[in-house]
Amino acid sequence: MLEIKNLKAQIEDNQILKGLNLKVKQGEVHAIMGPNGSGKSTLAKVISGHPDYQVTEGEVHFEVNMKQKNLLEMEPYERAREGVFLAMQYPIEVPGVSNFTLLYTAFNEICKHQGVEEMSESDFRKFVEKKCQIVGMNPSFLDRSVNEGFSGGEKKKNEILQLLVLNPRVALLDETDSGLDIDALRVVSEGVNKYKNSHNAVVLITHYQRLLDYIEPDFVHVLYKGKIIKSGDKTLALRLEKEGYDWLIKDIQ
Amino acid sequence: MSENQTKNNFQKNDYKYGFVTDIEVDELPKGLSEEIVREIWKRKAEPDFMLEQRLKAFRHWQTLTEPTWANVNYPKIDYQDIRYFSAPKKKENSPKTLSDIDPELLKTFERLGIPLSEQKRISGVAMDVVFDSVSVGTTFKEDLEKVGVIFCSISEALQKYPDLVKKYFGKVVPFTDNFFAALNAAVFTDGSFVYIPKGVRCPMDLSTYFRINNKETGQFERTLIIAEEGSYVNYLEGCTAPQYDSNQLHAAVVELVALENAEIKYSTVQNWYSGDKDGKGGVYNFVTKRGLCEGRHSKISWTQVEAGSAITWKYPSCILKGDNSIGAFYSVALTNGKMQADTGTKMIHIGKNTKSTIVSKGISADHSSNVYRGLVKIMPSAENARNYSQCDSMLVEDNCSAHTVPYIEVHNNSAVLEHEASTTKISADQLFYLQSRGMDQEKAISLLVNGFCKDVFKELPLEFSVEAVKLIEMKLENSIG
Repeated sequence: MLEIKNLKAQIEDNQILKGLNLKVKQGEVHAIMGPNGSGKSTLAKVISGHPDYQVTEGEVHFEVNMKQKNLLEMEPYERAREGVFLAMQYPIEVPGVSNFTLLYTAFNEICKHQGVEEMSESDFRKFVEKKCQIVGMNPSFLDRSVNEGFSGGEKKKNEILQLLVLNPRVALLDETDSGLDIDALRVVSEGVNKYKNSHNAVVLITHYQRLLDYIEPDFVHVLYKGKIIKSGDKTLALRLEKEGYDWLIKDIQ
Repeated sequence: MSENQTKNNFQKNDYKYGFVTDIEVDELPKGLSEEIVREIWKRKAEPDFMLEQRLKAFRHWQTLTEPTWANVNYPKIDYQDIRYFSAPKKKENSPKTLSDIDPELLKTFERLGIPLSEQKRISGVAMDVVFDSVSVGTTFKEDLEKVGVIFCSISEALQKYPDLVKKYFGKVVPFTDNFFAALNAAVFTDGSFVYIPKGVRCPMDLSTYFRINNKETGQFERTLIIAEEGSYVNYLEGCTAPQYDSNQLHAAVVELVALENAEIKYSTVQNWYSGDKDGKGGVYNFVTKRGLCEGRHSKISWTQVEAGSAITWKYPSCILKGDNSIGAFYSVALTNGKMQADTGTKMIHIGKNTKSTIVSKGISADHSSNVYRGLVKIMPSAENARNYSQCDSMLVEDNCSAHTVPYIEVHNNSAVLEHEASTTKISADQLFYLQSRGMDQEKAISLLVNGFCKDVFKELPLEFSVEAVKLIEMKLENSIG
């Protein structure tokens, strides 16, 4: 579904991704771990097309309905319409634009692109209110400005609400667990578990095992200095939790 | 004309109203003198008192010097190099019905998207059109006359209802008010006149469309709206001009009078040509607009979307004289390219329990400068006056500037004033966030701008607010990203 080959990317003149390979099939959950500054967030941003990063080499293929698309040639909004979703580490505040407006506009843009019938505003509201329940958000949140004055936890829940409503083909979650208390972590994880099915895929970027207690990964990768240096199953994350990254880093040095 | 059209084809998103209409005109030579003032009066066939008024204003104007306190820069205007009267040539007398109007002119209005036809009935808007200096046609006169509403050009009003005009003309904005008000009082050529009789709720929105066509003509329109006791009117105005590389002067005066329990809503979407990206050409928009809440419980609100003009210099104001009267000012001012805007409002509280609300949204992009300048003045007689002011600026890119200059004068201790101000920047992060949710750049900008201007747009009638949103989006498209 998502295939990344030899991806190299930089911000300004700073090379961050240095030949990264990753293959994600539908129905899979991948966890990406690694020390600070190894390029995890960059990877998520490059896949979704953040304009600050330049890709200098490599390919990112995305398979939609048996067709291969080269994501790197597409604008961020085109990627989103094809079904790439990034839950941001620091969700942006958008004063004056209500959550409902954002969701409804985005939803209809995506429907239009995918040839699905758009929903009426009242049907959509009912649909969204149900999704609100999953992440424990009061529907009155829908009429507030996007992320404005939200607590850290509310912002993250809001990202998961968007995930549930927009139902993308692949979800990239960039440290969605950071800054969450234990209850919020559980709610957010449940949201992700409700989303995932055998047709989509999840890429989790995280520092901590505790998220993986709730969302069980099929694969765990360790990213270090812009490359994946180790891949394994969920036991790899458990070992990292216990021993840190030193043993891996020593290995490659 | 063809040159302008070619230019338009090459530069997408350019000013789409930049065409010139080829039309026979009746005009006076350039320059300003008592002779010219007399000649304008004569051509307009106005009553005698107007000549006296005009000459007084002209003589007063000669003693004044152009003010320089606004935060705008422009080369000195040569008032002798301007033409003060230009009118589409009349076939015989003035057009009686729309079919008497020059077909070229009608085509112009169709290109502007305002067919002067019965189509307007659908949207329920009666319209007066001022082309260069002269009103060329007002729709729905009969429908309005049935309920006693007078909606016509000010020239016609001067001929048909001289006493009514005389009673209010220059009462809210006297010619001694300022340099441009004096100039306007001397040489104004047309504008709209509205009279809503006692207790009448005007059955449809009234609208005036202003168009400068002639290259060297200044536009000096004069609008007077009178709302008698317990009446209501919603008035809209729109403005466009062709694309010339020289500057055109627009110095209008608008006076509103609301008597007891009357309400006037006045909305403007201003899109005069703003000059090219190097700042060449464009309209100088130096306008005096003021409303007088004369009676108790009267209400005047100004809503403006200022998106055009090389320079905008205007402060639609309210004089809250009647007890419990209410004034409001809702403004979106957008500047891009090399545009300069110094705009805001004055709220003068005189009566008891008077209230005013100011919501100003400034958007600056490119190398433009955008100033909010406002005065809230509480007079000693204004017991329990209230004011709420909110001034927000949005910056797009780094080379533009936004300033907020609020003046507050309080002479009564019972007054309560609130002032909020903020500055935000459209950030690349916000755009990326919205794009990563499936919206293209245009849609993303539109959401952001709409969000920012929401409090003002919601004050506009639906049709106008759609137009305003489109206008702002179009203007910003080239400035972001």
